[in-house]
Amino acid sequence: MNMSKILELQALRKYYATQKAVDDISFSIEKGSIFGLLGPNGAGKTTLLRMITGIFYPDMGEIMLDGKKFDPINDIQLIGYMPEERGLYKKMKIGEQALYLAQLKGLSKTEAMEKIRFWFKKLEMETWWNKKVEDLSKGMSQKLQFVTTVLHEPKLIILDEPFSGLDPLNANLIKDEIFGLAKRGSTIIFSTHRMEQVEEICDHIILMNLGKKVLDGSVSGIKQSFKENKFSIKIQGENINVGSQAFSILEDKGNGYVLKINEGFKSNDILMHFLQQGVTVEAFNEILPSLNEIFIRLVEGSNARTRSFQQVD
Amino acid sequence: MNKISLVAKREFLTRVQKKTFLLTTIGVPVLIFAFYAAIIFFTVKSSDNFKIAVSDNANVFNGEIDSKKGSDVIFEFVKDDTTVLKTKLEQKEYDAYLYVPAGYSITSKTIDSLHFRSAKTVGIMTREKIENRISKTLEEKRLMAMNISKTQLDSIQNQKESIIFSSSSGKTENQTKVGLSYGVGFVSGFMIYIILFIYGTMVMRGVVEEKVSRIAEVIISSVKPFQLMMGKIIGIGAVGLLQFIIWGVLIFAIQLLIPVLFPQLFEQMQTQPVQPGMMAAAETAKQSGALSGIMAGLNEINFPLIIGCFIFYFLGGYFMYASLFAAVGSAANEDMQDAQSLLLPIMMPIIFAIVIMMQAVNNPNGSLAVFGSLFPLTSPIVMMARVAHGIPDGVTVFQLILSMVFLILGFFGTTWLAAKIYRTGILMYGKKVTWKELWKWAVKKN
Repeated sequence: MNMSKILELQALRKYYATQKAVDDISFSIEKGSIFGLLGPNGAGKTTLLRMITGIFYPDMGEIMLDGKKFDPINDIQLIGYMPEERGLYKKMKIGEQALYLAQLKGLSKTEAMEKIRFWFKKLEMETWWNKKVEDLSKGMSQKLQFVTTVLHEPKLIILDEPFSGLDPLNANLIKDEIFGLAKRGSTIIFSTHRMEQVEEICDHIILMNLGKKVLDGSVSGIKQSFKENKFSIKIQGENINVGSQAFSILEDKGNGYVLKINEGFKSNDILMHFLQQGVTVEAFNEILPSLNEIFIRLVEGSNARTRSFQQVD
Repeated sequence: MNKISLVAKREFLTRVQKKTFLLTTIGVPVLIFAFYAAIIFFTVKSSDNFKIAVSDNANVFNGEIDSKKGSDVIFEFVKDDTTVLKTKLEQKEYDAYLYVPAGYSITSKTIDSLHFRSAKTVGIMTREKIENRISKTLEEKRLMAMNISKTQLDSIQNQKESIIFSSSSGKTENQTKVGLSYGVGFVSGFMIYIILFIYGTMVMRGVVEEKVSRIAEVIISSVKPFQLMMGKIIGIGAVGLLQFIIWGVLIFAIQLLIPVLFPQLFEQMQTQPVQPGMMAAAETAKQSGALSGIMAGLNEINFPLIIGCFIFYFLGGYFMYASLFAAVGSAANEDMQDAQSLLLPIMMPIIFAIVIMMQAVNNPNGSLAVFGSLFPLTSPIVMMARVAHGIPDGVTVFQLILSMVFLILGFFGTTWLAAKIYRTGILMYGKKVTWKELWKWAVKKN
């Protein structure tokens, strides 16, 4: 067993009556990493997360948590899960609510109080203690929800769309906390379909579609593997000859071009071509596809949007 | 187990700390009290200055009927015959008349009845007063006719007797006791019926609330669905129990207050305080003629048995049905409307039970009553009606134990079934669920 992995999934499978929600998924997550779980709506992300958190039992396959077989009853303390469908008891006081949720995770009352004080202080929530959840704005209750998720210092934190409904300021605050938690050794699974956040935060991602794993790798690695050898160049000069064996022009931007390298050539060949003509090159860079583009490319064409029911044998 | 108690504690505390809890817990008995106080008040009040014309053609009363000072029943002696009396009654000159036929003799063995006719139905209190006073007077006259002097009579009447009622297993069939058993059985069965509805829907609402506020999945990630469900049921059950204890104490306290608040009533009833719940029994007791016999009947009813059974069937019935209500709640979506339609199959056996119970109070050993008191979905309500008649008159020990065992098994059965529905339903959003689907959730594996 590889001890550097916090979580390992082996051939995990969960079928519903009309859908193969999770169909033979395997992957593993490094300790202390921030892991992105991506996929269109209905890809099976939530079902997968519910199996990891012990809410659902897989039909087949195995989950290893921290090197041991996952035990849904006792390992619950090791996990902090913030589901997409989340909420709080509206009529309950905030302090009591945080205490209750922490105690449910197995903390003693004194332990829980200590941790709550720490987090409330950190996120400037101390004055909230006797307020009720219904008095909080959406962003505030989201913050509270986050605190209650990470309060018991879980080894594995699972956040399903953690930034939905947060303004940029609060989103940054939570983002910083996520980085901080990862630095202190927690592993974070981050499920979303907001690609720009994934690019910013995650080390490693997998992409799910129709219950299957479509993509698995580091963010930079995936980008590299999906690159189309496109470059953008910004130049100054007149009567430029753009005819070259090395590349073909995709777009003329007036003061520059978007071009694609032909097979067998390198980026230097492009630069050489322009420099030889005495043109001033102001900027030159490779265009890597965004995760968004990769996502759309992989998911489009599949019947993801029309996926509703299928026969399961 | 620890988590169940955590959940139960929260469910209990959040409900008990609410202002509405205090309001209903204190308010309901006060309301019930006010209701009965109003009934009693009007019963007493309606006898205000009840004027009775007495046409004493046999001169049995000798112009006087034991007249208590300040009594609101007034006897007035007249010399009219029945036709004149009838017209006077119609003209509302009198509220009633008493006609003593000329041949009437207090000492003769031939039963010659006195004719008492009133314009309206006479209330139970007034009737009792009139009956008491006429018969007391007649009794005195008879005794005096047998040469017992007034002083002797007074000394007999002033002697207070203390009778110790003891009951061995061979009981005498006492009309009053049967009537009381009927009342006690009916009231306690009905109370369990109300409990099942009130606290059952409370559980259901709690589950729906958890779903609507979207906290269900957050909680389920730290607690097993079964623990959450059981915690909720236990917590709300504790609220119910507390509420009943408070009600019991309050009703008892109020009952002690009644003689102070209604001295006129006290004059009537003297020894027995009115228990609101006993009114139904009083109604029956009225037929047997003696309101004052209630006390003797009360002593013959095995209250420890009834209270013990009440608590058992209250909790057993509640726990059995609460999980079903929780399952329905878990299947409901945003609004309670969905839940209402799913509720019907749960309400049916409860309503059936109340129908069977009404039969069982009259005939505790009928086959329907026996079936209803053994079948766990109806037994909490029906058995109370049988237990009120006592052991072995109403129910045998064997049947009682069998019914309790069935109820416990029923509780395990419904909870097991409901837990499976609950587990699936609590995480299901935006879909209208039918009973067919609920059944599928219940029978599917894991």
